[in-house]
This record gives sequence, C-alpha cells and structure tokens, in this order.
Amino acid sequence: MARVLINVPRTVRRGEVFEIRALIQHTMETGYRPDAGGEVVPRDIIRRFACAYNGEEVFAAELSPAVAANPFLVFTAVAAESGTLSFTWTGDNGFSQTETRPVAVE
Amino acid sequence: MRGPERFLRRFGAGVAAAALGLSFVGADEARRTERRSGFDDMSRETQAMQRDDTANPGMLWVQEGEALWNRKEGTAARACAECHGDAAASMRGVAARHPAFDPATEQPIGLEGRINRCRQVHQGADAFAWESQDLLAVTVFVAHQSRGMPVAAEDPRLAPFRENGRRLFGERLGQLDLSCAQCHDDNAGKRLAGSVVPQGHPTGYPLYRLEWQGLGSLQRRLRNCMAGVRSEPHAYGSAALVELELFLMSRAGGMALEAPAVRP
Repeated sequence: MARVLINVPRTVRRGEVFEIRALIQHTMETGYRPDAGGEVVPRDIIRRFACAYNGEEVFAAELSPAVAANPFLVFTAVAAESGTLSFTWTGDNGFSQTETRPVAVE
Repeated sequence: MRGPERFLRRFGAGVAAAALGLSFVGADEARRTERRSGFDDMSRETQAMQRDDTANPGMLWVQEGEALWNRKEGTAARACAECHGDAAASMRGVAARHPAFDPATEQPIGLEGRINRCRQVHQGADAFAWESQDLLAVTVFVAHQSRGMPVAAEDPRLAPFRENGRRLFGERLGQLDLSCAQCHDDNAGKRLAGSVVPQGHPTGYPLYRLEWQGLGSLQRRLRNCMAGVRSEPHAYGSAALVELELFLMSRAGGMALEAPAVRP
C-alpha cells in the first residue's frame, strides 16, 4: 500500500465550499527514462484519480507521464450532507488504492 | 566572514541578535554575517509546501519510518520501539547532535550509520543499503522528532575530525578546481544560473528535493556537488563525507532543524 496524506476538514458548514488535498507516494515512472544499463524503464504511472462524495463522483483527474512523482491534487467540493469522501487512485501494473475520510456537515 | 561567525557561536543567541541588528550597515555585510537556511531563499510556494505537513511529501517517508520503527526485525525479532519506546520522547534532539562521537570506534558516526549499527548489533538484522528508501525513512522519522531544535553537534572529542571536515570544505577539487567554500562562503546569496547559491547549512536532511522527486540524504547532496565540480565523489559512508557532515553541522550550530525540509 502506498502512503497517502489526505487533508479534509472534519466539520464544514452546510453549503460551504471546502478544500480537499490528496497526496500519494508513487514514482510516476514516465516510460521514457533509461536505467543505469541503458534499458528503458517501463512506464509505471497512476492513470486516474477520482473522489466520490457519498458514492457520487465529484472530482476526477487523468494523469499523464508528465506528472511529477508523488502527485498532489488540491480541489474543492460543496458540503451538502454528512457522509464519506472516498479517494481512488488507479494506474499501471494493476495499481489501485482507495482511502476514505468522513465529513460532518453542520 | 569567519570572524563574526566564530563570535556568534561563542556568545550565543543574545549577541547573535545584536550582530544581526548591526548587519543593516550594508547588504554585502549582511549577507556575510547573517546565517540563512536554504528555506529563506525558496519561493513562497515551496516554503508553504514545507510548512504544511499535509502538503510536504517528506511526511510520506516519516509515515513509512514510523511503521519501520514499530516493526520487528532481524534474528532478535525486536523492533526499534521495544528498546527506545516512544520516539517523540527518546529521539527528541538526537538528530541535532549527529554526527556524534562513537566510543566503540573513536570516530564520528552519522545518524544513518548509527541506525545501521543498531540494526546489526541489537536487532541482528542486515544493514540497510545507503540511500535505500528504508534507511531514508527511518532516518527522517528520527530526524523529524528534533524539528525546531537547535543544531548542537559540538562534542569536543570530535575536534580533530571537525577540523578535517573544515579542511575538506576549503580544498579545491575536480576539473573545475573549486572548493565548497568558494561557492557557499564566498559567493553565497548570489546566483548560479537561476538558483540562489545557499550558504550550505544542512538543517533539513533528509529532505525532499523537487529536482530528485524523492527524499535524499545530506551525503547524496554532497556527492551531487562533487560530481558538479567534476570530481570523483567520496563513497557513501566514507570518513571524508562524515567529517564534512560534522563540520557543516557545527557551522550551522544553533540553527533550527527542519527535517523533512523541501528544497527546489
């Protein structure tokens, strides 16, 4: 499992726009780089990131080989009701990781 | 610049503040007397990244290091935590006084070397490879416990090694025939291409370099500089690199530790 850092406020006011930050540990190997022996290192990147709010997708991003290692994404959502945010990263070599964080709407 | 530097170290923070006040005499004079962390010369965005623990990628390695700290290792099947307990208490200040004097060998030993020694002697495990992700993770986890504390690598038994480090710092090397001091003492604060030449205070290691897209040790940084002046870098863990580390830490004496720092 890759290490992640997710920053979501524990409580938000109804209707408020709040910021979500998600950072994941990943090499994002481009597939263009030769190793010490001159062989091209095969591509190994995260292809897609998605964030769902109570099961409904509210934000998604497609990542490319030009994205730096350990991708850090910051985006916003509107607080409608209390629930769970789930974060899913999927990528090459069957990479798939999902993390969840609760949000309480007051 | 040597004079005021020594003065600052001997007489502590009160006099340091007074000396900083005096340094408004001229910009050049200020640059020579005021010690700056590389942090002060970074862009505001990179500074914000370092300050915020949920944006600082180095914290990923701190998490990893914490997991390793609690994992049973080696033939002794013992975790670091079983002897050292809560790292927040037992490891506080440890990174600030490394490289430290090692009574067994009567040599200085860096934090990485100390961790590997502990693994071999007390856990019955193999040493981590230099610059491996595992070694970086444990090192940054330990160093993180000293964040904000002043550097205090001043063991008098290390004086001859520190002097050797000082000599290496002033020694010209490589095809470019440059010494560390020519950039980091004489021309610190000026620009080398687009980047500010830092004073070279190792207060944030192991740190996350955006250029490396990963965490790296002070020895990696030193070896980079050596390759930069086109000399053959000293090997990881060699006496020369530990002595250079030692001199740089005493040169940064009193400055606050930042691990894990972020640098461009």
